[in-house]
Amino acid sequence: MLQTIALLMENKPGALLRVTGLLSARGYNIESLTVARTVDPQLSRMTIVVDVDPVLRAQVIKQMNKLINVLQATDVTDTPSICRELLLVRVRAQQESRTAILKEAEIFGGRVVDSSTEGFVIEVTGEAEKLDEFVDVMRSYGDIEVVRSGATAMPLGSKKLKLQPPVPTRSELARV
Amino acid sequence: MSTQLMNGATMLLECLVREGVECIFGYPGGVTLPFYDALYDHPIRHVLVRHEENAAFAAEGYARATGKVGVCCATSGPGATNLVTGLVDAMMDSIPIVALTGQVSTKLIGSDAFQEADTFGITRSCTKHNYLVKKLEDLPAVIHEAFYLAASGRPGPVLVDIPKDVFQGKGHYQPVGAIHLPGYKVFTEGHAGQIRRAAHMIWESTKPMVYAGGGIIAANASEELREFVELTDFPAVNTLMGLGALPAEHPNFISMPGMHGSYAANMGMYNTDLLIALGVRFDDRVTGRLAAFAPHAKIIHVDIDPAEIGKIRQPDLPIVGDVKRVLQKLNKLVAELKPELAPLHAAARRQWRNEIQSWKEQYPLAPVYSDTEIKPQHLVAEIDRLSGGRAIVCADVGQHQMWAAQLVRFNEPRLWINSGGLGAMGFGLPSAIGAQFARPDKLVFALVGDGGFQMSIPELATIAAYGLPVKIVVLNNGYLGMVRQWQELFYNNRLSAVTLDCFPEAEKLAGAYGFKGRTVEKPHELRAAMEECVNEPGPYLLNVKVSPYENVYPMVPAGGAINEMVMGPPQPVSA
Repeated sequence: MLQTIALLMENKPGALLRVTGLLSARGYNIESLTVARTVDPQLSRMTIVVDVDPVLRAQVIKQMNKLINVLQATDVTDTPSICRELLLVRVRAQQESRTAILKEAEIFGGRVVDSSTEGFVIEVTGEAEKLDEFVDVMRSYGDIEVVRSGATAMPLGSKKLKLQPPVPTRSELARV
Repeated sequence: MSTQLMNGATMLLECLVREGVECIFGYPGGVTLPFYDALYDHPIRHVLVRHEENAAFAAEGYARATGKVGVCCATSGPGATNLVTGLVDAMMDSIPIVALTGQVSTKLIGSDAFQEADTFGITRSCTKHNYLVKKLEDLPAVIHEAFYLAASGRPGPVLVDIPKDVFQGKGHYQPVGAIHLPGYKVFTEGHAGQIRRAAHMIWESTKPMVYAGGGIIAANASEELREFVELTDFPAVNTLMGLGALPAEHPNFISMPGMHGSYAANMGMYNTDLLIALGVRFDDRVTGRLAAFAPHAKIIHVDIDPAEIGKIRQPDLPIVGDVKRVLQKLNKLVAELKPELAPLHAAARRQWRNEIQSWKEQYPLAPVYSDTEIKPQHLVAEIDRLSGGRAIVCADVGQHQMWAAQLVRFNEPRLWINSGGLGAMGFGLPSAIGAQFARPDKLVFALVGDGGFQMSIPELATIAAYGLPVKIVVLNNGYLGMVRQWQELFYNNRLSAVTLDCFPEAEKLAGAYGFKGRTVEKPHELRAAMEECVNEPGPYLLNVKVSPYENVYPMVPAGGAINEMVMGPPQPVSA
């Protein structure tokens, strides 16, 4: 079963590699991964969707929390959270179906971001299932190309993040 | 406040001095030239090994023997890749080492430059943390962080990769006051409520068993462990990594449990109703088939690493914390509750102790002797006799390691040095070099098999060059003994690629390096030869030809339950 993991981590070279390495070392395939820096440019937020054996899920989260660059890793699969994904779909459409496509896009809350004689590029955000449906609908109108961002999640639980305070260096301790 | 302009190499040495480093095990190369130039007239001692893998093992030996951070150093590319086995070994056994590697200049990174390798990427998974320092101003903070990370929490290896131009760049050393690692969580104190619950569980038990491991040694908690065992009068086992945590001669000590553990230890682990797991990780070599491991027991698991809790076996009572701090608090509560609660199940626990005692007597771990050939256990017993529980024994990996773990007494922590988790052959000799540098006052044995020894022969030069009085004892059975044992027992004795039928003459080999060596094969010669070896002021290579077909028993076959030990070879049926 797919697991969604939300991480807050330091925005440092190699941090992404450490997290993904943990999963690849165990032979897990990452379904999707999004990462971008937060309001604080020194930190990033990452959302990973990955298929992990249910008995090992807690262990994977613990191992992620052990990573020096990770401030907090949370399993948001079964906890209250908002999960969204961005979809861009290019649909090649005949003249007669253009109006119908626009109507469908409107139903799904989509937005046309490019329009040409060939067809449209439509942007939709939402939960993965909704995007799947939209893709199915668009496919019925002709050739499509799809790009998805992967899920990005915001946990709703108000688990307080505890940052570790600075520690004096050995030479500093010797001086005191 | 140091404001002198210096290059990166000197700045690195400045950081190392501030971290209390006395000794570096290393091997120079192209990109570390600036570092070696700075080292030329620096008080920090550099020990030139003969292979980078052995630099890492020696740093581990140093760390294991002292608890201080061991330091090794290698050049870029092949130098760095040769460190990898040592890093994985330190990771598996939670040993604090810092590895310093050179890297090609920042401008050349990614250009397939001469001796370039992606050291940062390669060592990501085999270090607790690693760094690539691209700016000189970052260097001091990184080095201090590296030492802090290696030694704190659950210890482990940390690698710092330093490009040549960072070594060469000029700057001022700015003292680093504090380490900022907001995501690095170290749990030390232990949950007070959990510790209280543990104290009650302890007195409620009727068949308790203390299962103490390498965490006790890493936390320097031997005294606290001894206090706990004496307060409760509970029986205790030490794992392979924990030997010496409780003195071998302590009346409550049983022995090592696991695949080659004693009958009493394994029966105790199987039948216990309360397993008090202290700084252990329920390794598969201890548990055997997991479903049949301590099936009737409640488990208290104390570990500093939250990821160890429930990784293998879900405990009934987890305590995340430094086992030293937790035991201090637990001992206090256990002592408080003792007058009231101890008598409750005292009779049952006495019976339990008797039961363990009878298992011990039924199948004792005892050496085997012969008049015609030297039994390997005989050799190990000689080491035990000469050590008297006080010498450092650095083992390689295989049968000799198991016999030593069974039969050599360790009455202090940090005497038994071996590659526990990784099982890296070639570990024994170089780790003995590190241990002897760390503890010049100690008698240090490198007890190695003929296989592992031949992986380490280059380091005879290091031993000779520094005149290290390491006692190299080769348990020579002419085979890769442990592999042969498995081929005999599980592969119809089809001995495939395990015969080591060429071995150098010890006297000539040691003589070529300028120290004494000897081969013995008669049981009556062994005692004198061992004494000659130990009494020699310098290094000594003693090659002991032992009976080739001896197997290590007891043995829990892979996938077996720990109470289903094979106690010895099939006995001939008398007519």
